[in-house]
Amino acid sequence: MKRVTPPEAGPTSSLMVHETPEGAQELQDREKTSPAALAVERGSVLRLPEGPVLDPGDIDVEFGDDETMIINMGPQHPSTHGVLRIMMELEGETVIRSKPVIGYLHTGMEKTAEELTFVQGATNVTRMDYLAPLHNELAYSLAVESLLGVETPPRATWIRMLMSELNRISSHVMWMATNGMDLASTSMMIYGFREREMVISFFEKTTGLRMNHDYIRPGGVAADLPDGWEDDVMAIVETIPGRLDEYDEMLTGQPIFKERTEGVGILSPELAIAMSATGPLLRASGVEWDLRRSMPYLAYDEVDFDVIVGTVGDTFDRYAVRLNEIRESCRIVRQCVERMPSGDFRVQDKKVTPPPRARINESMEALIHHFKIFTRGFEVPSGEVYVAIESPRGELGCYLVADGTNKPWRLHVRAPSFVNLQCLPPLLRGGLLADAIAVISSIDPVMGEVDR
Amino acid sequence: MGRAALVARAGGHAAQMTDVALSDAADPGPVAPSGQQVAFVSREAYVETVTSFRDGGYEMCSDLCCVDYLGCPERPLPAGVAPERFEVVVNLLSLERRERMRLRVQVPEADPVLPSLFGVYPGTENMEREVFDLFGVRFRDHPDMTRILMPEEWEGHPLRKDYSVGRVPVQFKAAPGPR
Repeated sequence: MKRVTPPEAGPTSSLMVHETPEGAQELQDREKTSPAALAVERGSVLRLPEGPVLDPGDIDVEFGDDETMIINMGPQHPSTHGVLRIMMELEGETVIRSKPVIGYLHTGMEKTAEELTFVQGATNVTRMDYLAPLHNELAYSLAVESLLGVETPPRATWIRMLMSELNRISSHVMWMATNGMDLASTSMMIYGFREREMVISFFEKTTGLRMNHDYIRPGGVAADLPDGWEDDVMAIVETIPGRLDEYDEMLTGQPIFKERTEGVGILSPELAIAMSATGPLLRASGVEWDLRRSMPYLAYDEVDFDVIVGTVGDTFDRYAVRLNEIRESCRIVRQCVERMPSGDFRVQDKKVTPPPRARINESMEALIHHFKIFTRGFEVPSGEVYVAIESPRGELGCYLVADGTNKPWRLHVRAPSFVNLQCLPPLLRGGLLADAIAVISSIDPVMGEVDR
Repeated sequence: MGRAALVARAGGHAAQMTDVALSDAADPGPVAPSGQQVAFVSREAYVETVTSFRDGGYEMCSDLCCVDYLGCPERPLPAGVAPERFEVVVNLLSLERRERMRLRVQVPEADPVLPSLFGVYPGTENMEREVFDLFGVRFRDHPDMTRILMPEEWEGHPLRKDYSVGRVPVQFKAAPGPR
């Protein structure tokens, strides 16, 4: 393990030494766990504020340590969607306590962001949630534009909306695929990847890349939509709903699938709100909260769509919410195709967006502007802003602090998976080990975003 | 929107917030450039203020993060708020009124400790662990104050400004990079 020590010992050096006497990250034996931590691992967080501090003797008096065992699931496990490690205490096959242990994919992207200019920043954030890269770019770009005071042209706004809805389709379809695989429906996995491929091909045609597009940038988008994009997009939204009906036939009414998902991992709306859960997880619990509707950004207040809400909050509801959100996204995409305005695809502010390639050959000023933007970048006035959008996984927030230079002073990304993952202990508690697979899958964690 | 409006919006509970310096959210100054509501809270009144906001309708704590202002040029703060090295930023969300409120707390470098919000919003558990891990700001009464992203035996807190980016030796033929 590589340890990095600070280069010079300043007045703060005493703070920089080994500083975690609080203990290990892993799930410990009961004697070594504090009552509060035990309550969290048992998923009984809502009781803590009201009642007195729990006595460890009151908890699970029927189990002794020798009757239970602590097992690891992950970090290398096909059902953990990346390098997620979950430690569980089992009594037979019943989960008594659980604790997600994360950080295996931590690459310090928030630290990296402080070294990159605002122009380069989008290439960094797009690698966080690798299944919804365009949403990451969108949150970042909206935050930078908010500090810059730049208003994007209407076509840029609608292209962004079109692309982020297509990305939502591809992300949810991908979730359908992995969820199917977790529940032993391997054909679902193949189908999901097949549908995702259609969207990804269109992204490749538009942005040049299948992932990590760097397409949505501060000031607009990187390039206009390719010729004939309407046909490509309409082919997608005309094919996908038919495929969703096939999913319905294959999964929604199927007894084995219902048996594995109905009533499993129920999340009450009170608990979901208290745990700051967002996205399909919150909506499946019956809370009508979608940032596209509640706090509209881009032009979501001008398009017609429904917010899908569940009733029970179990794994099946989370499946149903995502399935129907794909249909709603197709509706939005159709409206984007119909109402796509003409005009510029990025703001005509020469300090923010580079000049067109043709201008560089004939204009000295254009060459200078191009050179300055890609070497030094642009300077953002000092200030701080929090911008949140609805990513396929929930509220994707970007807290940006600028100090007037060309690099952010601090870029914090509020990753929805990171927060939603806290809901695991209450969801797993009392369930079977086999159900844990279904529950983890229904949260839809993307570890690139959790660990950043 | 001035202070009176803010007090009215907080559902009357703001009357208890005697030592909360409220910025003028309508002022297009650098404190809140996009018209977002920002309030500055002292460390002593932190939990009471957050509790009163929760009771006043902000059901969800959507985000909690920290900023290290070491060596940062003067940042605009309202009168009565002394700048400190760390600043913990809490983003509250009201689902019912569809509003956000951002609280900023100054945390001194010499004693980087704050009371935990776990009792008010259990959803801050992961976020506070992340702040502790990456900035070294401790949260009193947090149920499980351990590192979350870095390995548990890691030294230092990487997102601090005086933490070097570091270099992992890699066997390339060329000379090592600028860092």
